[in-house]
Parts: sequence; structure tokens; C-alpha cells
Amino acid sequence: MAYAVRRGPLRKGHGEKPSERIIHHLLFLSAVSSILVLFAILATLAYQAIEFFEEVSIVEFLTETRWTPLFQPQYFGVLPLVAGTLWVSFIALVVAVPIGLGSAIFLSEYSPDRVRRVIKPVLEVLAGIPTVVYGYFALTFVTPILMGIFPDMIVFNALSAGLVMGIMIVPMVSSLSEDAMIAVPQLLREGAYALGAKRHEVATRVVVPTALSGIVASIILAMSRAVGETMIVSIAMGSTPKLTFNPLESMQAMTAYITQISLGEVPFGTLEYKTIFAVGIALFAIVFIVNLVGYYLTKRYTELYSGL
Amino acid sequence: MSNLAIETKALGVWFGKNHAVHNVTLEIPVNRITAIIGPSGCGKSTLLRCFNRMNDLIPTAQVEGVVLLNGENIYERDVDVSQVRRRVGMVFQKPNPFPKSIYENVAFGLRIEGVNSKSEFDSIVRRSLESAALWDEVKDRLNDSAIDLSGGQQQRLCIARALAVDPEVILMDEPCSALDPQATAKIEQLMGELKESYTVVIVTHNMQQAARVSDRTAFMYLGELQEYGPTQQVFENPKNELTERYITGKFG
Amino acid sequence: MRTRDIVRATRRKFAGSLLLSLFILSTATAMIALALLLVDVANKGAPWLSWHLVTNYPSRFPKQAGLRSALLGSIWIAGLTGAICFPIGVGAAVYLHEYAPKNRLTSFINLNIFNLSGVPSIVYGLLGLGLFVDLLALGRSIIAGALTMALLVLPTVIVASREALAAVPEGHRFGAYALGASQWQVVRRIVLPQALPGILTGTVLAMSRAIGEAAPMIAVSALVYITFDPTSPLDRFTVLPIQIFNWVSRPQADFAGLAAAGIIVLLIVLLALNATAILLRNKYQRRVRE
Repeated sequence: MAYAVRRGPLRKGHGEKPSERIIHHLLFLSAVSSILVLFAILATLAYQAIEFFEEVSIVEFLTETRWTPLFQPQYFGVLPLVAGTLWVSFIALVVAVPIGLGSAIFLSEYSPDRVRRVIKPVLEVLAGIPTVVYGYFALTFVTPILMGIFPDMIVFNALSAGLVMGIMIVPMVSSLSEDAMIAVPQLLREGAYALGAKRHEVATRVVVPTALSGIVASIILAMSRAVGETMIVSIAMGSTPKLTFNPLESMQAMTAYITQISLGEVPFGTLEYKTIFAVGIALFAIVFIVNLVGYYLTKRYTELYSGL
Repeated sequence: MSNLAIETKALGVWFGKNHAVHNVTLEIPVNRITAIIGPSGCGKSTLLRCFNRMNDLIPTAQVEGVVLLNGENIYERDVDVSQVRRRVGMVFQKPNPFPKSIYENVAFGLRIEGVNSKSEFDSIVRRSLESAALWDEVKDRLNDSAIDLSGGQQQRLCIARALAVDPEVILMDEPCSALDPQATAKIEQLMGELKESYTVVIVTHNMQQAARVSDRTAFMYLGELQEYGPTQQVFENPKNELTERYITGKFG
Repeated sequence: MRTRDIVRATRRKFAGSLLLSLFILSTATAMIALALLLVDVANKGAPWLSWHLVTNYPSRFPKQAGLRSALLGSIWIAGLTGAICFPIGVGAAVYLHEYAPKNRLTSFINLNIFNLSGVPSIVYGLLGLGLFVDLLALGRSIIAGALTMALLVLPTVIVASREALAAVPEGHRFGAYALGASQWQVVRRIVLPQALPGILTGTVLAMSRAIGEAAPMIAVSALVYITFDPTSPLDRFTVLPIQIFNWVSRPQADFAGLAAAGIIVLLIVLLALNATAILLRNKYQRRVRE
């Protein structure tokens, strides 16, 4: 029978055909580009930050308690901004962790399928709403209500922003914790039930401790998101950097400062322009530390319960 | 021209530290059906995959020794693996038709070779489907999706697909284990027809099937070739005690 | 039963009910918050919805202000972002899933992608500002914004593409190799066609994220009064979230209403994109029924 495909010789040159090789290299470049992005971020931040620190001492940056780069006299202490960021993230976590964890436990251990099918899409919608919408909600809805409750409160404050930010990160805590809890083998639950445990005891004494590393990871991720969030704090929190322990006062978060300066189209190369990169690098450092802490915490919890 | 389709000499396969195939020397005759039997994990599928260098796709696999295809060693450094695989076709345990039409499935091997004449495609697709005893069942619906076929039809499609590139040898790795008895019977009958033009090597865990269809049988155990000879002799008069125990059902 | 046992049993039961109530309350709080948000936006924004909203340029006068330039800017950005990160993201995913050897470089790349998705979006904005706007002298243009956004959503596309590639059954690859196909032929003719709907879904979701993010765009484009239709990637631009942000920041009550209307438009655009992504995903699930 005469077929179209002639039997070619078994032998040819070494290795891949040249066209295959080119494709292989192109694909490799695409993958490596992700590393380049990280280096680009670090390089861009570092380049401007180094120039900044030629004019402003690192000591002042890290210890001075005033941040007034736009006024005279200029102080370049980043602590007020850090305090603002940490305050609002803390409030957000205080809101998001109980609500997120409570929902996760409900969804994973209690809720019937029909209810789950309604709640999960709602959480996904919450996760998909752009942060500028949350900022709007904080300023025009939550703040007036809070001002009614606390007569001393001013319009721009950390509490309002923190509460709404908390709602924003609930889906992150909830779905990741739920995933961690669902991964707990049914066998463990059955063992506990067989010993006479009730559902809430199984949930809180067996499932949650077993899923702890995943739950902690979800909280860390949420905190990392809260620290980096920009719109809610820019809209609702204020633009007066202040180192204070009162969340009802007006503060400024790191990301809000960067936004404020960026909006104004500050000329390239000025000291004011470089401040956003200095704050940017500080922000990057904080997020990096949070993620590192999270990584080690989850490792530790995984080891504790790895006997399962 | 030799009457050996495939010859192996001191063939060994490692997966990392696991020595899966030891020192196998085997001769597969042309235009015959050779069966490789043995209990699970004995290395028969691994051995089969040496014949078309499919083990190359497993990162931890290391092969030593020689495999001659019509006298040429397919493990030489400058061998074109694609050519090897065209000359030694394979049918898998679980039928794996591509999610394309029946026609495109059979034509796939030709397309990657660069064939582009529609008339060539049409005639080869038809001949391959006929040789696989599937043409009559699908001739009116060549553009339907292959996934819609029954299991047995899918497996015959996979055979047709392998035939389309005009191989010398067809390897079958437990081709009927996912099929019902009627589909199995059709494929066994097809094997008998195929051996007239091709050499068939089949791995099977079903001893009765090996006894039914094959001309020569190889028995493997723990990676070693324990016995190899004409099927009738291996089953009725095994020379090796292990073979005898396996065949009489004492293990495996 | 002794009193002590009865007390313990009652306490356990009470604890159970209390906890259940708390769990339900948590879940309900999240849902109520969403409901309040949507109702509030709909309420304040509905009076301001009109064709003028979409066809007018921004203005100092609320009654004449519109989203035209912002909407066009968002469409430009989303489109270019998709076009840029589709080839790079798919290429990276294909390399990592089909070609990459299991070595330290590969692990590093994977770890890196994970790290990048944790970087705050404003930092990407600073990257865009320093690299594209300043260093590469692209100015505060659409292309600078799109490049910035593409870097931000690249991890999303890579992850979604990898999942789509992994979902292609191994057996299909083996079948193709056994017929003599080369690695690229297997990828191009068997794997990618099957993975494509999943990859497209991921890309559409990435574009959806590109539309909703304000922070990186503020850094790149700043706040600018755009009263023209952008016609080239080198034009200046603004996007929907920035315009909304601008209106929210103004003290006049009318602008709050405008902002709410702008949010409605934004949510509609996002809904349309996400619906497209879901339709794509369903088409994908229908194709691979075995």
C-alpha cells in the first residue's frame, strides 16, 4: 500500500529542530519575565529611595514623629503614616476575622447545600467590588452613621475606613479558611462525633485547630491586603498624618499619602516626588515582613498538626 | 531483511532508584502477535514503552541497553524520536481519542507530518478506519466528535489513528481492560487481521486473552523476563516454575 | 442523672446554640453589608443615570458632568492590558507546565509569581511611574497605564492558564506523542485548543480587575481633566474609578450622587465582563465531557 507518509530515516542531527528551539526559548523568556517584574519593582523603588535618602537621613525617616513634606518646616518621619496604616488594618482585621471565620465555620460545618449556594456567590460579589466603591460607601454611608453615634467624631477618620475595609477583606478570610476547613478529613469529625461531641464542639475543638495553618494564612493574606489598600483610606480616612492612638482622629495611611502626591502631578526629580518612593519602599517592607511572618506561622502550625 | 521486528539486548529501566526492568533480552518476530504477561507491577508496561521510547517522557526514567527496530538501535544519540514513534505505534489502556472529530483524530498523525492534500487525507482516513474495522460504523459521521463514540469504538478509532501513519509495529498496552466483552471480542478479532500487515505486541493481565490471540508469550515477574516462547508451549508446558505458578493462578 | 451532669449538659447545649447564632450572625453581617452598599448606591445614583452621564465629558457643573472620557479610557486600558498579558501570561504558563524541568530556577519562578500577587497595587503604580512614564519616557499615556496594569494582572493570567493546562487529560498528550508529535506540536494542536476557554476566562477576569483598580492608574495618569476622546495609545487618559474618586472627593452633595451613578456604570461594565467570563467557562465545561 502506498501511503503518503514515507518512512524517514531514523537518524538526524542532535536535539530539537531549530524552530522548536526558538519556541522553547520564547516561552522561557515569558516565564522569566515574572522574575524581571520583581526586580523592576525593587529597582524602581530603590533608585528613587536612594536618592531620597541622600537628602534625608534614614534615622530621621524612621524615628521622627512628624511627616510634613509639603509644609515648612519639613519633617520626614514616616511613623505617622505607618501608624495610620497599622491602625486601619488593625480595625479591619478586628472586623474581618470574626465575621470571616464565623462565616467559614457556618459554611463548612453547618449550612445545608441550598443555603451555601446562595451565600457563596454573595461573598464572591463582595470580593469583586472595586475598592473605590467601598471608599464611597465608607464616606457617604458609614461615616454619617458613626458621627451620629460619636458626637466628637470628624468626617475623616480611621474607624470608618477600618470598618469598611474589614468588610472588604471578609471574603478573603472566609473562603480561604473555608477551604482549609473543608480539607480536614471527614474521618476526624466522625471520630469526634463517635466520642459524643456535639457539632459546635467538633467545629471549634477539632476542625478549626486542624485547619489552623490555613486559617492563619488567610488572615495574613487579608492583613497584607489591608496594609496595601489605597482607595478606602484615600477617600474616607483623611490626609493629615498624625501619630496618635485615637482611631476617631484624622490620620493618613501610607498608601493614601502616595495617592495624594500622585494626584497632584508633582514634577519628576523633586524631593516631594521622591518621598512617594521612600514611603513605597517602607510599604513594600511591611508587606514583605507580614508575609514572612505568615509563612513561618503556617509552617509552625502545619508541623504541630502534621501527625495527622 | 530480518524477520525480527524488534530485538532487545540487556535492556534495563530505572525510575530513580527503582529498578523496574532488569536485563531483558527479547526477540519480537515480524507479523506475529507477541503477548507480554505477568502480575501487576512486573514491569511489562514499562518494557512495552521502551519500544517506542515513551519512557523518555518520564523525567526520572533511565534506560540502558539496546532496542533494535529492524536492525537499527533506537536509543542511539542522534535518533529522531518522532520517527521511531511513527514506525512503532501505540494504543493505550484507556482509549484516548482527541476531543476532535473522528476524521481529524485519524488525520492527526498525517497533519503533523506536513501532509496537506485533502485527497490523500480522505483516502488514508478511509483505509485506516477500514483496517480498524470501524469504517462502516462511522462513515456517515466522520465529522462528529470522537468523544461521542462508545468505548470499544473509541479504542478502534485509536487503532485507526495509529495505522494512519503506516507503522511497522503496533504496541497495545492492555487495550481491552476498559472495555466490555463484546468490544473486547471485536478487538481481539481485529488483532488477528492486523498481524498480516503489522507486528503486534500486546501487554495484558488477562491470561486467557494472551492464550487466545498470541503466537508467542513472554512472562515477566519483578522486572525480569522469566520465560519466553511459543504461546502453546508457555501455557501447556512452562519451563519455569514461576510461570507455572502464575498460569495456574497461584499468584498475581 | 446527677445535678452536675445536668448542668454540664445544659451548658453544652447553650454553648452550642450561642455559637451557632454567632456563626449565622457573622454570615448575615457580611450579606447585610453588601445589601446596604448596593441599595445605597442604587438609591443615590439612580436619579443621576441618563445618557448624558455616558456621553458628556467631566465638568465643574454636576448637571453637565459625564463619564465619557473615563469610560473610553477604561475600555482602552482593559483592551491593551488584555492584549499585552495574554501572550506573555500564556507563554509563561505553557513553559512552566509543559517544558520546565523540576529545578531550582523553576521553583524560584513559581515562588516569585506567588510573591508578586501579594504586592500592593499602588506599588505597581510606582513601578509604572518610575519605569514607563519617566525612564522609558512614555509619558502619562494609555500605553504606560496598560503596561503597568498588565504587570499587575500577569500573575492572575499565569495562574488561570496553568489551571487550564493542567485540566487537559494526560492521556491526550501521550496519544499525540505516540503518533510522533514533537513537544510544540502536542502543545499547539492538542493542549492549547482544549485549554483555550479556561485561558480566555482568566484573561477576561484579569481585564475585569484592570477596570476596577484605581491606585496604579492614579500614579500613572494623575488626576487630569480629560475632555477629549483618546485616539492613540500615547494620549493622556482617565479611567472610571479615578473619575468616581474625583467626584466622591468633592464636598457638594450633587457630586456624591454623580459618584453613585458612576459606580452603577462601573458595576454594569464589570458585570458584563464577568458574565462573559462565566459564559466562556460554561462553554469549556460542555466541550470536555467524557
